[in-house]
Amino acid sequence: MKLLELAGVTKQFGGLTAVDDVGFSIEAGTISAIIGPNGAGKTTLFNMISGFLAPTRGTVSFDGQDVTGMRAVDIAARGLIRTFQLVQLFPDLTAFENVRIGAHLQSTGDIWAALWRGRRVREQTRMVDRMAMELLDFVGLEDRAGIGATELTYGQQRLLEIARALAARPRLLLLDEPAAGLNQEETGNLALIVRQIVAQGVTVLIIEHDMRLIMDIASKIIVLDFGKKLAEGGPEQVQNDPRVLEAYLGGVDYA
Amino acid sequence: MRYLPAALGLVILALSPMFGDYLVTVLGFAAIYAIFVIGLNFFMGYAGQVSFGQNAFAAIGGYTSAILTANYDWGLLPAFAVGVVGAGMAAFVVGYPALRLRGHYLAMATLALGLIVYEIAVEWDSMTQGYMGISGIPPLALGGWEILDPHWQLYFLSAIVVLALFAANRLKKSRFGNALLAISGSESAAQALGVDIAYYKLAAFVIAAIYAAVAGSLMVHFVGFVSPEVFGLNMVIAGFMMLYVGGIGSTLGPILGACIISLLPEIFRGFKDYQDLAFGAALILILIFAPKGVASFGRFFARGRRN
Repeated sequence: MKLLELAGVTKQFGGLTAVDDVGFSIEAGTISAIIGPNGAGKTTLFNMISGFLAPTRGTVSFDGQDVTGMRAVDIAARGLIRTFQLVQLFPDLTAFENVRIGAHLQSTGDIWAALWRGRRVREQTRMVDRMAMELLDFVGLEDRAGIGATELTYGQQRLLEIARALAARPRLLLLDEPAAGLNQEETGNLALIVRQIVAQGVTVLIIEHDMRLIMDIASKIIVLDFGKKLAEGGPEQVQNDPRVLEAYLGGVDYA
Repeated sequence: MRYLPAALGLVILALSPMFGDYLVTVLGFAAIYAIFVIGLNFFMGYAGQVSFGQNAFAAIGGYTSAILTANYDWGLLPAFAVGVVGAGMAAFVVGYPALRLRGHYLAMATLALGLIVYEIAVEWDSMTQGYMGISGIPPLALGGWEILDPHWQLYFLSAIVVLALFAANRLKKSRFGNALLAISGSESAAQALGVDIAYYKLAAFVIAAIYAAVAGSLMVHFVGFVSPEVFGLNMVIAGFMMLYVGGIGSTLGPILGACIISLLPEIFRGFKDYQDLAFGAALILILIFAPKGVASFGRFFARGRRN
């Protein structure tokens, strides 16, 4: 089943075409990756998929429904959750509190529920608290639950952002350079975590520079260069594609 | 430790029969301002937005109460209800477009709102009697029983402060409050997690306006008189001082700030000409030694004990 489908997606900023006529589809239950040199339009593409930018042309379909130009919150509510290239945590809150907020879509109740705080609300709070602890445990941050988000190491902050995204129970998880700034051991740990996430039925689309990580975990790779889709296919296929080699080895070394 | 502030408040109230009427009246104003600042804290401390115009909603609540009770002989409670609901609706109508703005622009828009309402209070002579103001507003009352003794007025106002604080605390420690904290922390992340930031900002703005209107209505009955100056820019400045001295974003900060800012000038009254100077110096010292407000001292002690 195709969970995500892009057709002719284009984004122009003034005279600059950041993403040019890109189309691909993502199968449910897989790990796919978008790679490409800096400035290739990867994050712009992510922003259009997640509703943070409206495409100039083209359509984005999620789960068979056209979500092009929808508000980011409404797309998130459908189960498409993203992380950010520059970690976006809630800095004044603890790791635990960060993850708990991630469960916003998994809980209900508003002003009246807060004031009345009935039995259903109290049960829900307990459920969310338990889920938040489980997710911290899942990414290996259980002993950092009470620590302020900004006091965590960079690698831990990356993991915290993933745990928080998982609290929203995504169907499609978009990870924007999750291994940036991680050391080799942390990257290995991340690969393990992403595999476990997929094993739980979540589809993952990942932007990444770390080739070893991508070749290791992704079953499909989409290569962008100057806003255009250069190639698409399995790791071997992409690695041996002459156009990809040209773009990567013929150009400036960016990695 | 948790109950220390509550215990302190009880001790002050228990001792208050020994205070003179003047000091009790000052504490009464502090209680009213505390309600105003609890609301301000909602919008600025929790949701991380900025408003220089909350005095507008205090004015709507206050003038509605004053006009309906003094000029049209309404009961206190219905006049109060109309004022508070009216202020909430005004906040909704104004906030819907204005909250698209952020930071300094939102600050300017809300400042303008306060100035506009002030001008209306001045110019709408037939209703507000302009600068002359409205006098003969009935005193605070509970079920038809007028509260005339300043001590009992203070008890009554303190009870409302406790209720206001209770409601604010429940709202803060909930899914709703978490959504506000999320917006304050990172709007992008909040949106990505499905938090509808436009809706929650507006809700926080309306709640802050309701608190302001409650304070405004209590104010006119407490004083028995209202003029535009009561809800002028000085109210905004006092509210900001209380919020920052008490501790923005903390639960008890608004109450601590309201008490400190109300009482400090009285403590320095003996300094005569230098009273303002001493007050200013005291404010600076507080903010140097407690940059996150006086409420952060409590947290500091609590943390020390836990470790």
